[in-house]
Amino acid sequence: MNILIFGASSDISKELARQYAQQNDNVTLLGTGVQRLEPLKLDIEIRNKVKVDLFEFDILKYNNSNEKIKKLINQSDISIMLIGYLGNQNEADENDDELARIVNLNYFKVIEVLNLIQRTYVSKQTGIIAGVSSVAGDRGKQSNFAYGSAKAGLSVYLDGLRNRLYPKGVHVVTIKPGFMATKMTKDLNLPKILTASPQKAAKTIIKAIAKRKNKVFVNWMWKYIMIIIRAIPEPVFKKMKM
Amino acid sequence: MNILSMKTQKIANWGNYPNVESNIHSSEYIDEVIQTVKNSDQITPRGNGRSYGDASLGENILSCLELNKILAFDPNNGILQCQSGVLLSDILEFILPHGYFLPVTPGTKFITVGGAIASDVHGKNHHVDGCFSEHTLNFNLIDSEGNIVSCSAQNNKSLFYETVGGMGRTGVIVDATIKLKPIETSFIKYEYQKVKNLDDMMLSFENCLDWTYSVAWLDVLKGGKDMGRGILMKGEHAKLSELKSTNRKRPLLPHSNKAINMPFFLPSFVLNDYTVKLFNFLYYNKQLAQLKNGIVHYDTFFYPLDSILNWNKCYGKNGFTQYQFVLPKKNSLDGLKAFLNKLRSSKNFSSFLVVLKLFGKTNPSAHWSFPMEGYTLALDIKIKEGIQELIKEFDDIVYKFGGRVYLSKDAFSSRKMFNLPDNLAGKFTSVQINRLKK
Repeated sequence: MNILIFGASSDISKELARQYAQQNDNVTLLGTGVQRLEPLKLDIEIRNKVKVDLFEFDILKYNNSNEKIKKLINQSDISIMLIGYLGNQNEADENDDELARIVNLNYFKVIEVLNLIQRTYVSKQTGIIAGVSSVAGDRGKQSNFAYGSAKAGLSVYLDGLRNRLYPKGVHVVTIKPGFMATKMTKDLNLPKILTASPQKAAKTIIKAIAKRKNKVFVNWMWKYIMIIIRAIPEPVFKKMKM
Repeated sequence: MNILSMKTQKIANWGNYPNVESNIHSSEYIDEVIQTVKNSDQITPRGNGRSYGDASLGENILSCLELNKILAFDPNNGILQCQSGVLLSDILEFILPHGYFLPVTPGTKFITVGGAIASDVHGKNHHVDGCFSEHTLNFNLIDSEGNIVSCSAQNNKSLFYETVGGMGRTGVIVDATIKLKPIETSFIKYEYQKVKNLDDMMLSFENCLDWTYSVAWLDVLKGGKDMGRGILMKGEHAKLSELKSTNRKRPLLPHSNKAINMPFFLPSFVLNDYTVKLFNFLYYNKQLAQLKNGIVHYDTFFYPLDSILNWNKCYGKNGFTQYQFVLPKKNSLDGLKAFLNKLRSSKNFSSFLVVLKLFGKTNPSAHWSFPMEGYTLALDIKIKEGIQELIKEFDDIVYKFGGRVYLSKDAFSSRKMFNLPDNLAGKFTSVQINRLKK
């Protein structure tokens, strides 16, 4: 199979590329500065005798007239969208550019690309789209609500898309990783038991896609944590520091 | 301000002594590694921390462990190019099914390729195949200016030979190209020979030069006429026709990654004079016959201790040091006798892992490498009060007989014991280099 991974340099993407290659699938990693991933590409190719392609892709500059992207999507069986940007809420409060960056990289530009993918897969009448959203989108909190609101938008978009594409033979998977031990979160002090490794996340994503799951948490505890967090009455929640 | 992922933590090498508080910089991207080198006044390149003493420790460490990619492999000629942070264990897993083995391997497979070059490691086949550098066709090095320089025995020859055995002083090795050894099977045909004293041991070494691998374990607690008794272990890559039918189904089986973990430090009283004596007695006497033959997997033959992860913890929290020296061949017998007498009289410091090996010819080009033609002895010593004085006494004997000490094991010896250039100042440094500079 041909797998497209959007967001090449995230730790989960690299791990996905590795694990798909081990199953003899060909992988294309799309992202900015992909020439840095040349050693990774060689390593995966040599160890697994599959083809790994690197494709320079800046989603902020994306528009749907890019023929190369269209061709890639058309040749693919699975597209996994991992592009995201945690950003900095305090900075976003002061600086609209940061706010726009957060919204674009987690929602707006992301669904523009997803829209091209869904059109292509619908016309082929086959394909699987996996989107990596976030538990941060399940309830807004003061520390990252710009990010959270964009992810909330993405989650709802994926819900609707799944519903829409069901009769057309195209499946949509929503992934919520929870805390991840990756570069994006290396400066945060995260509780170990709730934090998943990129290896675990990649394994969960591959399995969820293979089994055509709808919504998947990488760490099962998050499902229940979010049920509790969502159940906190707003008069209480607004006073909490999270 | 640094762009790389950085964390501060207390680190030590395999001997758990000394401990150093370090800022560890790490990246998988070469451009970031170069930037870190450029931004640093002093930096210590580091691999997997399997040297024993204070090499590759420093305030500012550049870990190469994320440079762990295989870059090219030519299965017809057995040539592998990989980044410097790739572990030998990883290489073995990859090359074995293609019918290749490492040209030179030390007693653990958990070292990086960069570390193997920086220490110019040797193995049980030194008398046949020399050091790791002799199979290193090329490497790329980031120098103090941040330039990538390609080095080989032909190109940038002087930098190549400054780097092999150079303990990281010349820069950060980014990747290397290695010539592998073709093999028919992953198994080793061995012969264990019981030897009753040092004179016989040396004679037996001379008589087994046609074996590719040889090393001896010594029972150093025995003195007098039994001094230097031990077991000489010889090995050869087994041919396919020599395997039993069960192994013949998968003749190129790599090692398994199953290992026992040593989860905590043993209390320091567990290893004492009596237990060590008992161990030595049992080890020597478990083999009843003069000769024992068989075929074992390479993992058992080369890496018996790798099957117990963190075996270093058995020496307790204070850690241990390994003392490894080499003596010129002509002085070896007298020097070894003097050394073993000294060791036996140091009652407080018994050692149960003492190995002896006869090195082959000295490589005159690799002037900073440790090996020279003669006998090398290595022993583990638990760290406790008086260790520095003991090492000083060891040094005096080794020095008197014209020998030298291995930097990759060392934490205590003085500068005169090493093969070192006069000027040790530079951007690439370590706790060890700073200690020896004084």
